[in-house]
Amino acid sequence: MKTVDLTINTDLTRRILTGFIRSEITRMGFSRAVIGLSGGIDSAVSCFLAAEALGGENVLAVRMPYRTSSADSLEDAQKVIEAAGVQSLTVEITPMVEPLFQRFPDMDNMRRGNIMARQRMIILYDQSAAFNGLVVGTGNKTEILLGYTTLYGDSACALNPIGDLYKTQLRQLAEALGVPESIRRKAPSADLWAGQTDEGELGYTYAEVDRLLYLLVDQRYTPQECIEAGFEPLFVHRVVERMRRNQFKRILPPIAKLSNRTIGYDFLYLRDWGT
Amino acid sequence: MKLTLGMAQINTVLGKPEENLEKHLQFAHQAAQSGADLLIFPELSLTGYVLQDLTPAVAHRPRPDDPLFRPLLQASQKIDLLVGFVEEDTRNRFFIAAAYLSAGEVRHVHRKVYLPTYGLFDEGRFFAWGDAIQAFETRFGRAGVLICEDFWHASPPYLLWLDGADLFLFTSASPGRGLNSAPILESARWVEHINRAYASLFTAFVAHTNRVGYEDGLNFWGGSTVFDPNGDLIVQAPYFEEGLTLAELDLNQLHRTRARLPLLRDERTALVQRELNRILTSRTSGK
Repeated sequence: MKTVDLTINTDLTRRILTGFIRSEITRMGFSRAVIGLSGGIDSAVSCFLAAEALGGENVLAVRMPYRTSSADSLEDAQKVIEAAGVQSLTVEITPMVEPLFQRFPDMDNMRRGNIMARQRMIILYDQSAAFNGLVVGTGNKTEILLGYTTLYGDSACALNPIGDLYKTQLRQLAEALGVPESIRRKAPSADLWAGQTDEGELGYTYAEVDRLLYLLVDQRYTPQECIEAGFEPLFVHRVVERMRRNQFKRILPPIAKLSNRTIGYDFLYLRDWGT
Repeated sequence: MKLTLGMAQINTVLGKPEENLEKHLQFAHQAAQSGADLLIFPELSLTGYVLQDLTPAVAHRPRPDDPLFRPLLQASQKIDLLVGFVEEDTRNRFFIAAAYLSAGEVRHVHRKVYLPTYGLFDEGRFFAWGDAIQAFETRFGRAGVLICEDFWHASPPYLLWLDGADLFLFTSASPGRGLNSAPILESARWVEHINRAYASLFTAFVAHTNRVGYEDGLNFWGGSTVFDPNGDLIVQAPYFEEGLTLAELDLNQLHRTRARLPLLRDERTALVQRELNRILTSRTSGK
């Protein structure tokens, strides 16, 4: 099996990412950030980075539990709030999402999970206006590539500092930032229903899939070369297909071209245009 | 002879040349006050880097009647300046360019010859390709200017060397990339390696000014350097931080190094020309 080293220099990472948060928030005319804090490692890392970049008083961490959310999640989120020294708010989503669940009683877990993720997005964007801060994203490279995310839900944000770090690398950064151990040790979960874990749902571990994704994406290996490097053919094909199928979550919806200049094709400006 | 060279490792406002001009004038003033003879700004220092469709809107001509260049030329009465800008030529082609200003005059304009159009880069979509690599005279001897990707290729520095440049002035807006366990990014490591290598191979001074700041998700890592003709680092600016860095260049080092190591004297240019002709005309050569 080919050795894949995903080690990152956490000092350098921290420096680039805090600078990014500061730059991209202040040049848009803001000085504050809003973050949905789940109690998991990804949002903890984003929260620590934002607090370091902007000062804890300028970061609002929002906990948005549902009635089945684990008590550990809420407690772990509280640990982050205290350790990072950020402002906090808890908004329970149960009374907001239950009426929709009741309207469609045969709704499966996926639909319910998506509704919860989107309800949280609504709260974060409302707090964005109320707190006068931008929503900082919490999606990592692994889940973005695998599409393990709800479109217009947890993927919605104004900027994402951690989207180019694999889960394995985030764990390193979390340790360097001082994210509490109970958060770093527990199994990653979207916590949309009891007992859900990322690795259970995906069918493989982050440690495995990160190494494969690193070869496929960063090192431009072909699927065949990954198999020759020692990965199971079925695993490689499943991951490649999952990446392809979820491309729609990674781009803006295509606009049908009619004119000579069309948004998305030949109307090209960075978001930082003029700043 | 001594040359105090300043590197203005600045952040820029994307697509606002008039705002960037203010910063140029401030840095020029500060550098002149500090005793610098020459101040180098990064690639596209007057416009920002990822211009895309802003390109035609920020283009200028390096002439005394241009609103951007008039004050810069004025400032060049006190200190020589190398500034980065978008040049529009008389036939409305747009170039990534750098202008060397001295004593109120435009002494040299270099148009970027290699436009990276791969990976995260899309320069070839928006810019015309420069078509000349020429050294030029300065108050401090003969110099040559290259912009970023120009010096990722070995031939432009080599041509400048043969054209008499002893002072290589490189500018970049180099997006940081390639994070691993090392304390600096792969892109920074690569640029530092080759700058040191050019200084050593050409027994010349190599000054590289890179920018800092962010444009959307791209970071610019700074870390501007000056290497001497022995390939030794004279000074390095901090990574990621805006600021003015000064380097004192003892130009007599050229004499001492080349007395020890006469690589320039022994360079067989006629052989290079002969072999290049053969290689470029031969059908079987590996290209």
